[in-house]
Amino acid sequence: MLLSMEHLNKEYPNGKLAVDDFNLQVGRGEFICFIGTSGSGKTTTMRMINRMLNQTSGTIKINGKDIAKMDPVKLRRSIGYVIQNVGLMPHMTIKENIEIVPKLLGWSKEKRAKQAVKMIDLAQLPQEMLNRYPGELSGGQQQRIGVVRALAADQDIILMDEPFGALDPITRESLQELVKRLQEDLGKTFIFVTHDMDEALHLATRVVIMSHGKQVQVDTPDNILRHPANEFVTNLIGEERLIRAQPNILSVSQIMLKNPAAITPDKTLDDAIDLMHSRRVDTLLVTNAEGVLEGYVDLDDINRITDVTTPVSRFTNREVFYVQASSLIGDTVDRILKQGVKNVPVVDAKKHLVGIVTRTALVDIVYDALRGAPATDEEPASPINADIHAAATHEGGESSQ
Amino acid sequence: MIHFLQTYGMQLISKTGQHLYISAAALGLGVIVAVPLGILLTRMKHGANAVITLAGVLQTIPAMALLAMMIPIFGIGSTPAIVALFIYSLLPILRNTYLGMEGVSPAVRDAAKGMGMTWWQSMVRAEIPLAAPVIMSGVRLSATYVIAWATLASYIGAGGLGDFIFNGLNLYRSDLILGGSIPVIILALVVDYLLGRLEATVTPRELR
Repeated sequence: MLLSMEHLNKEYPNGKLAVDDFNLQVGRGEFICFIGTSGSGKTTTMRMINRMLNQTSGTIKINGKDIAKMDPVKLRRSIGYVIQNVGLMPHMTIKENIEIVPKLLGWSKEKRAKQAVKMIDLAQLPQEMLNRYPGELSGGQQQRIGVVRALAADQDIILMDEPFGALDPITRESLQELVKRLQEDLGKTFIFVTHDMDEALHLATRVVIMSHGKQVQVDTPDNILRHPANEFVTNLIGEERLIRAQPNILSVSQIMLKNPAAITPDKTLDDAIDLMHSRRVDTLLVTNAEGVLEGYVDLDDINRITDVTTPVSRFTNREVFYVQASSLIGDTVDRILKQGVKNVPVVDAKKHLVGIVTRTALVDIVYDALRGAPATDEEPASPINADIHAAATHEGGESSQ
Repeated sequence: MIHFLQTYGMQLISKTGQHLYISAAALGLGVIVAVPLGILLTRMKHGANAVITLAGVLQTIPAMALLAMMIPIFGIGSTPAIVALFIYSLLPILRNTYLGMEGVSPAVRDAAKGMGMTWWQSMVRAEIPLAAPVIMSGVRLSATYVIAWATLASYIGAGGLGDFIFNGLNLYRSDLILGGSIPVIILALVVDYLLGRLEATVTPRELR
């Protein structure tokens, strides 16, 4: 483990427990987001990693070494650090800013200059900017510099404290792409504090949801969307986001009807008609004795046959469109709807029939997902914050009981 | 005018030298004491008010009285004058240093520490350069005060351009009074201008 945090506690002098038994193991290249309401202890926890704060009890190890036994100044030089208010030195040029940590580490002038050029390329900014001052750059450009400055001395772990909180949504998105790229291409490990759920779900490989100093849920974004640990998490994510996420996290097996009307090929036309009548359907799926899907029979086809003893196999339509039970709805919905069929059989990995998806069930999901989206477009006034507030109110209500 | 310079020219130069020496020594001491003290005060919130108030109280003692009070301790001559003027120079420098350091954005301080600067590195590379313009304007203000008040130092035998003025008053000769006060004014203006230039140089291009 690159970073291991065990039984961390942080108690303030007034006896308030800011962080309560925090445990986390972080592997190399992970992107961990700490998310929670204000006062949840997320920033406090992050700041203990580079000893900007010291824990009351518990241990933090980096590469197996206890950081409490390390020189805090050396430790901080080995960990990237990005804060919300950018924290660029206003009296230094961009080049000087990028070179701060390399200079502290005693790199040669040539090596530093080379690194500065490399970093500004990484930030996708023109090299002429190296000689400008931070005040001459836009907020987004400043934070790009802030991000690459944290990598300038080849730090493995980068701590970020709500780095994009003050940026407009479009700039924020481009900055998110930048850090995502740094994590994926360079294998950097990020500990990222945010209160923006979209940001956390988009960037993180794992999300740590915190409330009142405790970890409420630690899991991948998908699993958090699929199984929110409790009502607090649901509120924090927001109903809308859960619905919108459905096509991407629900699998076909979760919306299919089980026990579809099916018949074996050796049965007769008479049996088929009886079954259709009793199940009140106009299509039957045909499976062999082992339950493997072979095709379907349609009422239209049956009408043309006069002999009621004809076996089903004779008029089975073998060109059947089916989907895998484990596939995600988002991936299959287009294909299903474009086929223009009313029902789609669902099979498992060995093509055994396990269920059926009706067009109605699909359309419901698609419309829910669509309805989730326009609602946020109508309210650009930060739906994220609204969610957090809702969660906070809810939380407050709980604790007062 | 020419007659005055012919008669007192040499004396004028040496008195101006004395005046400059007393002022520079007092201001130099003031900077050496007040700047570190001001920085120290930003680290101890509780003491800050008390110390700045005390410096303010010292500032209110009449200049003449303060100079006179130095005689029992240091005798007469330039030493008591330098000490008294030093005390006067403290407040503006102290207050501006304190305000300048307080004005450094917490984000800068946090970033400096978080990137692994030691306390000293953070001071020298980040905080003092950013506070420098404010500190310098305090030094400039002190310099003007000190040069003006150094005139009174003549009264306790420290010499300087005040000698001309006091002689002129005693002998009722306006040429001596003007011969002393005009150079003081010029001196104050020139020093203020030069320190102003210095202030502009230490101001980061970004903050101008």
